[in-house]
Amino acid sequence: MSTQVAPTGGSPSRIAQLREIVFSSPVVAFASLMLLLIVLAAIFAPWVTPYDPTRLSPGTRLRPPSDAHWLGTDAFGRDLFSRVVYGARISLVVGVGAAVAAVLLGLAVGLIAGFFRTLDAILMRIVDGLMAIPNILLAIAIVALSGASLWTVLVAITIPEVPRVVRLVRSVVLSAREEPYVEAAMAAGSSTWRILTRHLLPNTIAPLIVQGTYICASAILIEAILSFLGAGISPETPTWGNIMAEGRIYFQINPGIIFWPGLVLSVTILSINLVGDAVRDALDPRMAKRGIDR
Amino acid sequence: MLGYIVQRILAAIPVMGFVALFVFLLLRLSPGDPAAIIAGDAATPAQLAAIRERLGLTDPIHIQFFNWISDLMRGDFGVSIISGQPVITMITGRLEPTISLALTTITLSIVIAVPLGVIAAWKQGTIIDRLVMAISVIGFSVPIFVIGYVMIQIFSMQLGWFPVQGFRSITEGVGPFAERIFLPTISLTLLYIALIARITRTSMLEILNEDYVRTAYAKGLTETRVLMRHALRNCAVPIVTVIGIGFALIISGVVVTESVFNLPGIGRLTVDAVLARDYPVIQAVILLASLVYVVVNLLIDIAYVFLDPRIRYQ
Repeated sequence: MSTQVAPTGGSPSRIAQLREIVFSSPVVAFASLMLLLIVLAAIFAPWVTPYDPTRLSPGTRLRPPSDAHWLGTDAFGRDLFSRVVYGARISLVVGVGAAVAAVLLGLAVGLIAGFFRTLDAILMRIVDGLMAIPNILLAIAIVALSGASLWTVLVAITIPEVPRVVRLVRSVVLSAREEPYVEAAMAAGSSTWRILTRHLLPNTIAPLIVQGTYICASAILIEAILSFLGAGISPETPTWGNIMAEGRIYFQINPGIIFWPGLVLSVTILSINLVGDAVRDALDPRMAKRGIDR
Repeated sequence: MLGYIVQRILAAIPVMGFVALFVFLLLRLSPGDPAAIIAGDAATPAQLAAIRERLGLTDPIHIQFFNWISDLMRGDFGVSIISGQPVITMITGRLEPTISLALTTITLSIVIAVPLGVIAAWKQGTIIDRLVMAISVIGFSVPIFVIGYVMIQIFSMQLGWFPVQGFRSITEGVGPFAERIFLPTISLTLLYIALIARITRTSMLEILNEDYVRTAYAKGLTETRVLMRHALRNCAVPIVTVIGIGFALIISGVVVTESVFNLPGIGRLTVDAVLARDYPVIQAVILLASLVYVVVNLLIDIAYVFLDPRIRYQ
């Protein structure tokens, strides 16, 4: 396991490493730029957008792109560009939120499963069971039961992602606990907590950063699918999936309602995946072979 | 060998048991009264009481669980709240489009992706390899419904080559069936091509560095023979494993694809059930989908015995 990823905070080497990743290839540099643009657009949405994304304008329904409406308007005359920009906010919150939540939950369970062998058997059966349920079915079932809100969507997307993190952390812990330094720590009488946090946890950080980016991409995709199927955040909220779901009826009149959010969604997911691959290659080229993959 | 198979079968049972428990608890643990969820917003107190009685919600929770499981074992998945039909009849009525789509997708993906992966590994670092990897990353990233609508727009609406949406049973003729299943299959296939091509390439690259591959070349065997007989055969286990894991993605993908292309399959049934909060249908679909996933992966575990002789001697 590479030692360069020890949590050293914002040291200059970290920044150099980040720069190296971003500029590792033109494709990755472009993907990073795209992500930066999308994140900035989401943060500064009220200043970037020319219209209120929820402002109805019955006079200008289903218009094609024009100077006034860069991407045209939807069935209620709302400005598509403004709605797509605001949609980025939900997607990014869900993507980052689900990645952080799944990684933290999976880390806790994975450390326990890898270290306490008696609990392992039970925990892994639960993980196998959760993995057997197709993630979209599991997510829509959770949303259907608990009602659609940003919070339930986040939970519904996070839960199916946790088992993969658990398996990853567990496998890292299982191999790391055989290392002499862990045995030495045990022999020296270090507390279990200290062994877990000081000796085993750092090994999991590099693969978890990579896995986290993939979960982020996957969560954004699933949020869009849930909204698109009508099982996501309430339809009044502009999310990429909701905009596309509304566009289905008017697809023959104005295909842009589906096309533009679909394009931005695809570019976002593609960029995150490309950056994730670059981070993986930079942190540890062997990772791809050890099953830390999408 | 028999011991290995029995062991795999025994390992699948607790997994299904957990899925059943989870699906059961999902309704019980969700906020609110299960009877109220099932009855919908407009239910009267008398209706709620009747539902509670019918579902046995007044029994202790473990009794409820065992009653429910024993019903499932007898093929009784309950009755739809919306249509009043037995859930199992609704599901069997929707099987054809889903099975057709799943089978065409898996077949097409394997036929395309395995050669792509082999070629990419063989020509590692060349433009062909990069192209395959690019297709793979794009396949992972562009959502099925985006691909689906772009294809409807181009091939159905502008070029008019295919019907826009819908499904015809294969019993009504292969032509109408094929022209309606073609675009959905293509939309769904991209993701699996990405998945399978990637693992084929990675495993091939690993195998091509093995000593016996070098020996095979040194013996003067042809390129094709080395790639196909010595290398690809040894990639069978990882490739087949990924196909099994990808089956969960197929099930999820089918739900989305059927909605885009208006195919009256299990996926549409699920989405409609979710929108109508038809809980018995949701429960049954999740259970059956997981069962299919577990059984497919069990079959794959058993297939290892034939793909990798080492397992036979364990």
